[in-house]
Amino acid sequence: MELQQTATPQDPRSQDGIAEASQARLIWDKFRKHKVALVSLYIVAAFYVVALFAEFFQPFDPNLTSRSQVYHPPQVLHFTYVDVTGSRVFAPHVLKQKLTRDKLTLKASYETLENERVFLRLFPKVDSYKLAGFIPANRKLFGPVDPGERVFLFGSDRLGRDMFSRVVAGTRISMSIGLVGVGMSLVLGLIIGGAAGYFGGWFDTVSSRVIELMLSIPTIPIWLGLSAALPPSLDPMTRYFMITVILSLIGWTELARVVRGRFMAMRTEDFVTAARLDGASPRRVIFRHMMPSLVSHIIASVSLAIPVMILAETSLSFLGLGLMPPSISWGVLLKEAQNIRSIAQAEWLFIPGGFVIVAVLALNFLGDGLRDAADPYSQHGA
Amino acid sequence: MTKTPETEQKPLLSIRNLTTAFATRHGDFNAVDDVSLDLFAGKTLCLVGESGSGKSVLSRTLLRIEQPGLIRSGQIILHPSESDARRVRPGTIDLATLDVKGKTIRAIRGRDIAMIFQEPMSSLSPVHRIGSQITESIRLHEKISKADARDKAIDLLRQVEIAAPEVAIDKYPFEFSGGMRQRAMIALALACNPEILVADEPTTALDVTIQAEILDLLKDLQLRHQMAMLFITHDMGVVAQIADQVAVMRHGKVIEENDVFTLFREPQHSYTKTLLKAAQSSDTPSARRTAMRERRPIGQPILRTVGLGKKFPLSSKGIFKKEVTWLHAVKNVSFDLHAGENIGIVGESGSGKTTLARCVQRILSAQDGQILLKDDHGDETDLVGLDDKALTQHWRDMRMIFQDPFASLNPRMTISQIIAEPLLLSGMTSPQARKKRVEELLDLVGLPRSAGERYPHAFSGGQRQRVSIARAIAPNPRIIIADEATSALDVSIRSRIMDLLLDLQEQLDLSYLFISHDVGLVRYFCDRVLVMYKGEVVEFGETEQVCTAPHHRYTQSLLSAVPIADPTRRDDKTRFRYHAPA
Repeated sequence: MELQQTATPQDPRSQDGIAEASQARLIWDKFRKHKVALVSLYIVAAFYVVALFAEFFQPFDPNLTSRSQVYHPPQVLHFTYVDVTGSRVFAPHVLKQKLTRDKLTLKASYETLENERVFLRLFPKVDSYKLAGFIPANRKLFGPVDPGERVFLFGSDRLGRDMFSRVVAGTRISMSIGLVGVGMSLVLGLIIGGAAGYFGGWFDTVSSRVIELMLSIPTIPIWLGLSAALPPSLDPMTRYFMITVILSLIGWTELARVVRGRFMAMRTEDFVTAARLDGASPRRVIFRHMMPSLVSHIIASVSLAIPVMILAETSLSFLGLGLMPPSISWGVLLKEAQNIRSIAQAEWLFIPGGFVIVAVLALNFLGDGLRDAADPYSQHGA
Repeated sequence: MTKTPETEQKPLLSIRNLTTAFATRHGDFNAVDDVSLDLFAGKTLCLVGESGSGKSVLSRTLLRIEQPGLIRSGQIILHPSESDARRVRPGTIDLATLDVKGKTIRAIRGRDIAMIFQEPMSSLSPVHRIGSQITESIRLHEKISKADARDKAIDLLRQVEIAAPEVAIDKYPFEFSGGMRQRAMIALALACNPEILVADEPTTALDVTIQAEILDLLKDLQLRHQMAMLFITHDMGVVAQIADQVAVMRHGKVIEENDVFTLFREPQHSYTKTLLKAAQSSDTPSARRTAMRERRPIGQPILRTVGLGKKFPLSSKGIFKKEVTWLHAVKNVSFDLHAGENIGIVGESGSGKTTLARCVQRILSAQDGQILLKDDHGDETDLVGLDDKALTQHWRDMRMIFQDPFASLNPRMTISQIIAEPLLLSGMTSPQARKKRVEELLDLVGLPRSAGERYPHAFSGGQRQRVSIARAIAPNPRIIIADEATSALDVSIRSRIMDLLLDLQEQLDLSYLFISHDVGLVRYFCDRVLVMYKGEVVEFGETEQVCTAPHHRYTQSLLSAVPIADPTRRDDKTRFRYHAPA
């Protein structure tokens, strides 16, 4: 390094690379050092890509039933096999399984047929559909070469629906309900918390007491009460929207508290006073001067609030009061795994639970990493 | 000339070619670069330097608390003690090679080398009593009973001249004043009778009268215990008071080392000369200012306050908060600021000078009195009682420069945006016009035009303060209130900023209200001075007259405490502390 050769000590701040670096750059540099958070970022990004293009990633229609393939166990994906001439051939496939019923007990069991293979390929052509609801498309990520065949990588449920496709479809609703719910909480939290923190006085007193009151009520009963009050005749889309409203009615309180605290601390900072003396209106002081300094903290709070929302939706749907079939969310899917039979016979119905865990953990780690990185000058974790 | 100590005695601690580095993305940054120094029993080595010169890192390295820094090379040799009264260490120890968490260094810390930090509030544990902190330190190094340790702690508190030590020992740090806390901190450092005391800016956070007392105390204790002291400071005045030997640090290197008398008489390095000049010139009126007053006499009063008062509610009794006790931060303050004049407001922390400034600027609202601002037509407006909307136009006339250049600039806005903000809000809507004006302002405050595109964190404290000044003068104000505007800056930068303010005064017809705790700066900068004590003005008059022949006892006490940057006049003055009549 040049610095060592010349041996002239230099103020590190004066080195152009750091001095010129924008705030975003400093945050990213710090964030990158947090390896777990970085991996989590990729996982979360992958989840949202899957959620956005769910139709492309699901090989079958998630609502397509098959009476002869109920509780079909997951099939193992094989990449090569030995063909009749004895040479190894590359061809991704699964082995077919056949349903047999015990004549006496009527117990269903699947028998693997060693020589019947369902071959898979990438980007098979299927009936045209709308990707993300508006892009016309007619190919999937993967699927059976023969469109008539079915493949159950995650098994099937009691109606013979492909769990893999259903989990992918559930990703969309579960991951988006977090975003939409947090978005709504954010608007409420920013406005109420911001006003309480900046102006103080009676508004702060009233809003703080309301927040404390809302936080003192156990959340599950209040969610249950509110969602039980929703008329069952609502169409899935309205119901989805109402559920997010219910979730964010509680969710804004935490965000409002964080924002209020930050505003109170920042209100007395000299640069805020300076803005006031410059003639800036309260609105300009809040949005032009104070808010930009909070963005990174808000992003961090948001990424920590999303998993809470996801869990809340999952719990509600699991209890049967959240989303209802035909909507598919991870919670709705887990509702299928509520009985003893699924534990005994079809343990693959718990697979959506694994996704809930991975998504929530990844979002939490991401939020932690962002929170640490949001203050690039802090010594913590450096 | 005094003899160099080397001929007389062996050093207690020798630092040899020490380099402490911080790993950065651009390779090593040597905060301490090839430094060699010696500490002798009963002598004080003053380490002088500006912020970032590596003096604090060096002191921390001695105690091996330099992390995240790393010692790259060199030795810190702790020699065996000469005196019989002390525990005798087996041979020499090179502290630089010790494991930072090991037993050896832990035993040395506190017992052989103790440290006093700058901020006594954050270096004492807020949840433990003073006594238990001192006894803990004693019992960590000596095997004595709790009762004995307590007796010893009381004795230590007595040594550091804390009144009623038997009572004080059971108090918490927050019950102490700043000076008392620093005394307690010194008692803590002395708990195990260390041979070497490292004091890192121990008086910087204190008022000047308390600083004088603490310096006296340290000198006295050093004499009594024959300690070697490494005293770190940026203040040449303090150096002149306390040092035997002085080492000047810059960019991690010791650029000059000599005994204090020689160094002040014949500084060798140009940087030392600059430091000395800055320290000595701030005690006299600025030639720039006196010349300016010749050319342009002071005009009519433009800002008057009449009986200004501000009180804060402290606590309220009863459920309905009917009885409220008040803190009278500012009481009955009247002054008049003339056009083209600089008025200094001087006082110690808690004297109400910042509250006064904020009331005049109308960041706070005063409860009593009037603030009369005269506009160009000679009409006076009372600012008390106006709301933010009505104040907006007066805020363009009267601007503020804040103390902390790191807190007063929005970290998320570029320099251009920051300077253009008052322009934009006063109705300069054309981006071209704003850009032109910002460039003009950057020229005025001596910053390159390219600075506009960068963010505040790319600038040093002095440069940031220039940005603050540019923002203040942007809407063509007539009055500027500078609240400790130069206090956070290094000495050499400080005088440059003050000269900049004076130049701007001449170019832009400004009047200044200059708030400072430093009498020297006020003398340099201000025509008249207002001395505040506990919210009241105790003296108001021509600066030179107040500084040379103060009337009020408090002013006399304040002036007597100011350290003079001349070691030969060390014991000239008799210091005393002013106590308000009950």
